Amino acid sequence: MSRLFLTTAKFLRTQGPRSSFLRALSSEAADTGSREHIDGLVKKDKVVVFMKGVPQQPMCGFSNAVVQILRMHGVDNYSAYNVLEDENLRQGIKDYSSWPTIPQLFLSGEFVGGCDILLQMHQSGDLVEELQKVGIRSALLDKQPDTDKDKQ
Amino acid sequence: MSITADYIKEKLQRELEATHIDVEDTSPNHCGSAFNVTIVSAKFEGKPLLQRHRLVNACLEEELKDIHAFSQKTLTPEQWQKQQK
Repeated sequence: MSRLFLTTAKFLRTQGPRSSFLRALSSEAADTGSREHIDGLVKKDKVVVFMKGVPQQPMCGFSNAVVQILRMHGVDNYSAYNVLEDENLRQGIKDYSSWPTIPQLFLSGEFVGGCDILLQMHQSGDLVEELQKVGIRSALLDKQPDTDKDKQ
Repeated sequence: MSITADYIKEKLQRELEATHIDVEDTSPNHCGSAFNVTIVSAKFEGKPLLQRHRLVNACLEEELKDIHAFSQKTLTPEQWQKQQK
């Protein structure tokens, strides 16, 4: 029993205080799929991801790709909402951005795209620029391409 | 009626006037629940990525309701030519 408690506590801790799961539990939870609610979520933080699973454990290849790309750019501090936890949110976010699939990335409240788009932007270098626009310096800018020093 | 790669290919070709299309059914057992598409169309010219993808999404709006996984590459004829080299 205590093991279950510990697992749950760890899960809640990794979700973070802003998790939609916790919000759904609270008595003043708005309809988590509503435009207003989602609007609040995407505007509250610079980088917001709606995904399947959590960053520490994505539950789908596309969601995992987004997490990995963000990690490569050194973006660790972002809000991730697990749509598998909340059916209302899962449908709501699709309606909100008029985008049929998960994952979805928002930068400063603006919908950027899903996995495909993010991957292409990453490969083309556009992602570094987009991050810069919202005041985030990509870790890739600090990488020295011609050095053998690999200890960070 | 389950969605087939051919059906998607034909629809995209028609509505986006694509000069080249590749549709791959990536679902287990090819049951039509996951697709990977590459579309080459002049309609993508001058449009940023997001807009291109929205164009494709709009074309397949009904089908996407039943598809579980969808991944797409959208190229202009010029970009496609470059890739071929």
